[in-house]
Amino acid sequence: MKSYFSELFTGAWSLIVGLKVTIKTLFSPIVTVQYPREKLEITPNYRGHIDLVKDAETATHKCISCGSCQRECPSDCIVVVGEKREGVKGKVLVKFTLDFTKCSLCGACVEVCPTKALDYSNDYELAGEARQDFYFDILKRLEERE
Amino acid sequence: METLHSILPELIRIIVCAIGGAVIVFGNALVMGYAERKLAGHIMLRPGPMEVGWHGILQLVIDGLKLMGKQLVVPKNADKPLFMIAPLLAFAPVFVPLLLIPFSDKLQGFDLDVGMLVILAFASINVLAILIGGWGSNNKYSLFGAFRSVAQNVAYEIPMLISLLAVVFMTNTFSLRDIAAAQSPVWFIVVQPLAFLIYIVAMVAETNRAPFDLPEAESELTAGFHTEYSGMSFSLFVLGEYANMFIVCSVATVFFLGGSSGIPLPYFEYTGALWFLLKVYALMFFLVWIRWTYPRTRFDQLMNFCWKYLIPFSLVNLLITVVVVKLI
Amino acid sequence: MNVEALEDDRHHRFVLNMGPQHPSTHGVLRVLLELEGEYAMHLLPVLGYGHRCHEKIAEHKPAKSFMPNTARMDYLGALIYNQGYAQLLEKAAGIEVPQRAEYIRVITAELNRIQSHLLWYGAYLLDLGAFTPIMFAFDDREHILDILEDVTGSRLTYCYHRVGGVSKDIDDKFVSRTRAFIERLRSRYPMYEDLVNGNIILQNRLNNIGELTPELCARYGVTGPLLRGTGVAYDIRRSEPYSVYPEFEFEIPTETKGDCMASFLVRYRELEQSLRIIEQALDKLPEGDFMAAKVPKKLKLPAGDYNSSVEAPRGELSYYLVSGGSDVPYRLKVRTPSYSNLSTVPETCSGMLLSDVVSAMGSLDLVIPEIDR
Repeated sequence: MKSYFSELFTGAWSLIVGLKVTIKTLFSPIVTVQYPREKLEITPNYRGHIDLVKDAETATHKCISCGSCQRECPSDCIVVVGEKREGVKGKVLVKFTLDFTKCSLCGACVEVCPTKALDYSNDYELAGEARQDFYFDILKRLEERE
Repeated sequence: METLHSILPELIRIIVCAIGGAVIVFGNALVMGYAERKLAGHIMLRPGPMEVGWHGILQLVIDGLKLMGKQLVVPKNADKPLFMIAPLLAFAPVFVPLLLIPFSDKLQGFDLDVGMLVILAFASINVLAILIGGWGSNNKYSLFGAFRSVAQNVAYEIPMLISLLAVVFMTNTFSLRDIAAAQSPVWFIVVQPLAFLIYIVAMVAETNRAPFDLPEAESELTAGFHTEYSGMSFSLFVLGEYANMFIVCSVATVFFLGGSSGIPLPYFEYTGALWFLLKVYALMFFLVWIRWTYPRTRFDQLMNFCWKYLIPFSLVNLLITVVVVKLI
Repeated sequence: MNVEALEDDRHHRFVLNMGPQHPSTHGVLRVLLELEGEYAMHLLPVLGYGHRCHEKIAEHKPAKSFMPNTARMDYLGALIYNQGYAQLLEKAAGIEVPQRAEYIRVITAELNRIQSHLLWYGAYLLDLGAFTPIMFAFDDREHILDILEDVTGSRLTYCYHRVGGVSKDIDDKFVSRTRAFIERLRSRYPMYEDLVNGNIILQNRLNNIGELTPELCARYGVTGPLLRGTGVAYDIRRSEPYSVYPEFEFEIPTETKGDCMASFLVRYRELEQSLRIIEQALDKLPEGDFMAAKVPKKLKLPAGDYNSSVEAPRGELSYYLVSGGSDVPYRLKVRTPSYSNLSTVPETCSGMLLSDVVSAMGSLDLVIPEIDR
């Protein structure tokens, strides 16, 4: 009989304590952000898809078309094509594409690059209507950025 | 001509009552739907609906339009007549109790001598709607929801009725207007606190609201009895649920919170309704508040609570009331 | 019992197909329930809906390149899975990891563990029908994600560890933010305890449900908080210490009853222990490199068998690698905790109410991609 009532009262008290918590949060300021209207600042260390770095001196990329990133990529999503041109030392980059649908953002390509020609972009709003939207032409993106 | 004259005022009265009832049902669903989502949001530290209109105030209107525009999907092998009639059964009976509720001294559709019994009787039809909706859906989850709902509602109607009976013994009447009027010096919540508490618990269970929302226990039964309902038939269930909440809260107000009594305002025979609505919505706020606080109870524990605590307590309360009333 | 037998029984019992799309299976798990009334007489988990051949993939590319895949197995314990795999390769190739890198690994792994437990906490209560605590837990969890995002660059499926260290050093900002988070989470305990842990409805839903015994755990290979809930203080961080864990003081929370409440409390108390480890690690954080100086570009693994175990949020995670001497492993076996933990369900949950099945399965803290791999 005693436990019958004590159970009732301890139970009821625990419920009242719970109500106190929620009434307090009801009048607390909200913590969420209305996303498309307000945006939180993203950390510069965010690792989005890769982009070619623009060299301040030469005003172009530093890629030497060695293909290390292509070999290192675990998902085979990078294609680098360079060609020999007369009068130019080394190879000239003619094609650099990234199949972002396969990329797992591991960062192996950025770390393996001997000339530090690659960096992560800060794009995080990557919505598209077709998978072709994510076949990035990195070289073209670099040119468009100018 | 003679007969028409006598019929016409009655006809007008009926039409006015029907329109008033519809206004209350739809208005209440809009207000409560918005308030619930807003309150739930703020309890969870998020703003709730914000996009449609100022602070999302038109969200429910848009939702209603969207639901109306949706296709009514009848599942394969469902019992079509039952499936279609269930939402109507959940929705239609709520109008009758609304007519009997004394919003203020003069704002009442009809005053019946057996008002309380009629309200409880019509409130029970909701169970039938859930049962045939769950049965007719040809879905196992719906069926479970329906079973749970029936057991729960039948069990909780007993303490609900007994706790109200304590008040009836004190006032000697089933008429809601007389019960409300009998509380002019002190509200019955002061005299009958235990009955009030029991009624509140039973009321939450009767309306299938969390923490007693077992018929639609989302994590167990996906959506319970309305798993298969879409579009307007789904929204009829929701309208019915909110109207039921309004009715049980109105009954609590009439029986325990003094009906429309309060600080007198001009034209109090009519403006008393403001006090009445204030009390009703305060109770509704409580319902929303506990819904967003507690986890769901388990089915057998729910029943145990009813049989172990609510029914004995309400019976003891009734017995004490009877003895005291008899002696005084 | 197999699926066909269950379907045959349909005449006199009620077969309920819970999942693969169901709110409380947390992913694509399917459970066949044979019901009598609301009592589940037999349960049969059906796996494989999220199978992605991770182990087979590992046999087809250089061992180093498998690192991002480990994060995809258990999306909640990605850093711990990274850590286990990095350790495996370091063990195989004989690479020494700098002290600072080990400390960073421990700090991030413990943050990851807290994050995983917080998500479980919220999701479990959602299973039990409480809608609000998940938002509070996510609020806290979001702070961890922000901290980890700043150092690892991603929010969920991290690929932070490298063979020989980590990919990026932590800075003062990381340290101060982590310390602020420790303060914050500690200040939240009273709120959680008032709102959730003491609640009578929750107590009634969890006490004496899904009881495990140490014997049963040993039979099925159950590890992690479930095992510790039965009173066995088995934690890889203690029993087979790895990394720099021996340098820290922390307790291994245990309960004795083995029911849902026990594992609930064990996980809840592990939050505090993880905070303690992080605090000590931040205090002792040595200066130095975060990457080993010499890591060969082509990582040749000498022929032989290698094993590495870590304590994942859900229990013991083991990698077992057989190498033929090249840089591509001959075979990689991943022993994930949820798979073993789930296998107890048919035995422990038979004869339970449907609601209890939900709470018993929720207390396993299942991550389905980790079961299916």
